[in-house]
Amino acid sequence: MLSIYKRRRFINALNLTISLLAMAFGLFWLGWILWTLLQLGFTSLSPDVFTKMTPPPGSNGGLLNALVGSLMMILAGVLLGAPVGVLAGIYLAEYGGNGWLATVTRFSNDILLSAPSIVIGLFVYEIYVATSHHFSGWAGAFALALIVIPVVVRTTENMLKLVPGSLREAAAALGAPQWKIIMMVTLRASKSGIVTGILLALSRISGETAPLLFTALNNSFWSLNMNAPMANLPVVIFQFAMSPYDDWHKLAWAGALIITFGVLGLNIIARFIFRNKSNLH
Amino acid sequence: MRDQSVPPPKINVRDLNFYYGKFQALHSVSISIPEKMVTAFIGPSGCGKSTLLRTMNCMYALYPEQKAVGEIIIDNENIIDGKQDLSSLRAKIGMVFQKPTPFPMSIYDNIAFGVKLHETINRSDMDDRVEWALKKAALWNEVKDKLKQSGDSLSGGQQQRLCIARGIAIKPEVLLLDEPASALDPISTAHIEELISELKEDYTIVIVTHNMQQASRISDFTAYMYLGELIEFGETVSIFTTPKKKATEDYITGRFG
Amino acid sequence: MSFNRMGLRSANLSTPVFYSEAKIRFIRFYQQKMTLLQKTFPDKTQVFLDAAFKLTSLFFAFAVFSLLAGILITLVVGSIPSFKAFGWGFLTSSAWDPVNVNFGAVVPIFGTLVTSAIAMLIGVPVSFGIALFLTELSPNCLKRPLGIAIELLAGIPSIIYGMWGLFIFAPFLADHIQPWLIDYLGPMPFIGILFQGAPMGIGMLTAGIILGIMIIPFIASVTRDVFDVVPPQLKESAYAVGCTTWEVVWYVVLPYTKIGVVGGVMLGLGRALGETMAVTFVIGNAQNFSLSLLDPGNSIASALANEFNEAVGDVYSSALIELGLIMFVITFIVLAISKLMLMQLARREGDKS
Repeated sequence: MLSIYKRRRFINALNLTISLLAMAFGLFWLGWILWTLLQLGFTSLSPDVFTKMTPPPGSNGGLLNALVGSLMMILAGVLLGAPVGVLAGIYLAEYGGNGWLATVTRFSNDILLSAPSIVIGLFVYEIYVATSHHFSGWAGAFALALIVIPVVVRTTENMLKLVPGSLREAAAALGAPQWKIIMMVTLRASKSGIVTGILLALSRISGETAPLLFTALNNSFWSLNMNAPMANLPVVIFQFAMSPYDDWHKLAWAGALIITFGVLGLNIIARFIFRNKSNLH
Repeated sequence: MRDQSVPPPKINVRDLNFYYGKFQALHSVSISIPEKMVTAFIGPSGCGKSTLLRTMNCMYALYPEQKAVGEIIIDNENIIDGKQDLSSLRAKIGMVFQKPTPFPMSIYDNIAFGVKLHETINRSDMDDRVEWALKKAALWNEVKDKLKQSGDSLSGGQQQRLCIARGIAIKPEVLLLDEPASALDPISTAHIEELISELKEDYTIVIVTHNMQQASRISDFTAYMYLGELIEFGETVSIFTTPKKKATEDYITGRFG
Repeated sequence: MSFNRMGLRSANLSTPVFYSEAKIRFIRFYQQKMTLLQKTFPDKTQVFLDAAFKLTSLFFAFAVFSLLAGILITLVVGSIPSFKAFGWGFLTSSAWDPVNVNFGAVVPIFGTLVTSAIAMLIGVPVSFGIALFLTELSPNCLKRPLGIAIELLAGIPSIIYGMWGLFIFAPFLADHIQPWLIDYLGPMPFIGILFQGAPMGIGMLTAGIILGIMIIPFIASVTRDVFDVVPPQLKESAYAVGCTTWEVVWYVVLPYTKIGVVGGVMLGLGRALGETMAVTFVIGNAQNFSLSLLDPGNSIASALANEFNEAVGDVYSSALIELGLIMFVITFIVLAISKLMLMQLARREGDKS
């Protein structure tokens, strides 16, 4: 009898220790990566990074054009993608039910949510870049919008579904037509949840590199023309990091620091907004 | 104060206080559960009857915010002093819950699983044990041809009897039943009640129920609890016919209308 | 899945309470507004607006579905020149010769599968351990911060993993781990063949390990979420027969949630198969076939990232698009399985409650 208990207790302790180690293993990489970024990123940061253009190898420069290009494309991507995502999410939550279109859309959306982003780049290249015969900021923004859509669809649907049916019924009982109920009652009730979704989408596309490679390409010069190839942080980092030049490496680390803390910051803000909302009532 | 014919106590609860975080759910409860009898805990919901039951196998220890202070003595040992090995304690004290909870495995394994935790036993002995437990729980005839099927495939009442068989198979000394019939239809309930009366030959049974008729039908002793306090405890017959306390009488007559 | 990953799931628990006040406010507010509305708009306008709104939202829902279909069709159309040139032989040829315009998919497919397999070997057990820790062991006050920390691993952009892999992790492997692997595992029979060559740092092993780290948050959060759906009474009954924590998880929680866990694992696999930037940095981009994990290789995604812009000629770029199509189809299948399994678990839950 006793030996059974001893053995079972030992196996229990062993496995629970392993689970603790797994947790530590996960945190270890997070710590290592963030530490590297801080260490190499901060030493490379300087005012020049924010005020000068990307340089040719061997001369001084910064990331200004890439930062601005990224911001423009990200903004355009969210502005294009978010309304589509919200409307599709409304359909799924309010009209679709379990009908075939809603089921198929939900399924497609989940696939798109995890689909390789480089394939999105290929797709936009084929239908936009190849037909217009030039890389452009708009193509990049379009590719990013396609990544925004599934994230926003998913959160919008889920947030709308959290709104209790009684609230809709209460509004309907007052004689409100359905579109008014949705726009003025359910959408408002889930506003902060939907904003959370959009912020998360924003943080997701801020670091995306693969879909920009074949769409926005890159541009070493200052350009605000969305119809021309456009500099952007992720592709600049990729190019600079893969190059053999030390000063480019330094700029790449500075860019990596900016991107990562931007993305993680957005992530945390999004959670914070959502948490505040759920604690409100 | 109590009847002299009371059998020796199996579980002795002394001055037990129980806390869910800051909320005190039990106030200095003392009760002696007689051996090989059915003891029922009754009272309105939230009175602490389930809480009291769950201290008797230290189930609360799973939740860090729950705390028990006092003594629960079983076989001369205080089980809530934190020094007990919970696994072997729970081999001695079986428990059946409100909703049937078959494990996600076959009917056979549902029973064999618990046995294997506590004993090294060969295949044919295990077969015998499973059959014995299922017979004891009055389920054998219904499942003997489908022991390899999943426990989920049984009806609610059968699942609950499977859970009782699972508890018995470990050969505990005490069975704790937490509203075992409240999720079942009347016929399954009758089955379970019949089973309880048979099982008390071998086991000390403690049952929580919100159904007073059920308590009066199957129990030998009844404890009435209210707001975390033990109001009255005695033989079921006297509790239901001549309650000593006004509160008990109000509760019982209120329900019987 | 990813919705849960955002940690929003807890909101479900608080719903019943959390709108009661808001509800009252809304009703008061809209009572006044609605009466006003009914006066300003005649019924016919409302009917029209209602239909228009519904159609607009339906149109965009349909757009999401068409997007997926559109991607598939575009890739198929783009692959036609390559398919015409190489036929099914594309799948079995290991050639990759832009000069003579001769292409085959074996090397990148092999690299994709091998790196993903290494990633799963690392990611699955670690994620399981993390989920176990978060659901059963962690003190309550640490659950949320630790959960978020693990999810932040998913927030780090993949290009950062790539850079860190190239500059920090690969040299570390080359200096400290790979010589040991070559010396001790290299001479062994069977598995020795996996550990041949020079300790260069970059290669399939490095890419696989980094992928493994990257998929941990995805698998861990799905696993944690499905572990959380196990009814507490079921776990308590397992404790009541005397199980230890490990036994409860291994014999009860895991079998109960296995469909969901497999769904989570598939989701991680889908991510690993399609991951581009992190792999591109460290895999070495070599088009020669080698069984050794220490040798540079190529994956579909990194072949695309590296070569697509430089590809000259229809057949070359079409061959790359065909690679993209192959990757998309594989990930589609894996993700579809994942989705179906998670749906099945959700439905089973729905039946019970």
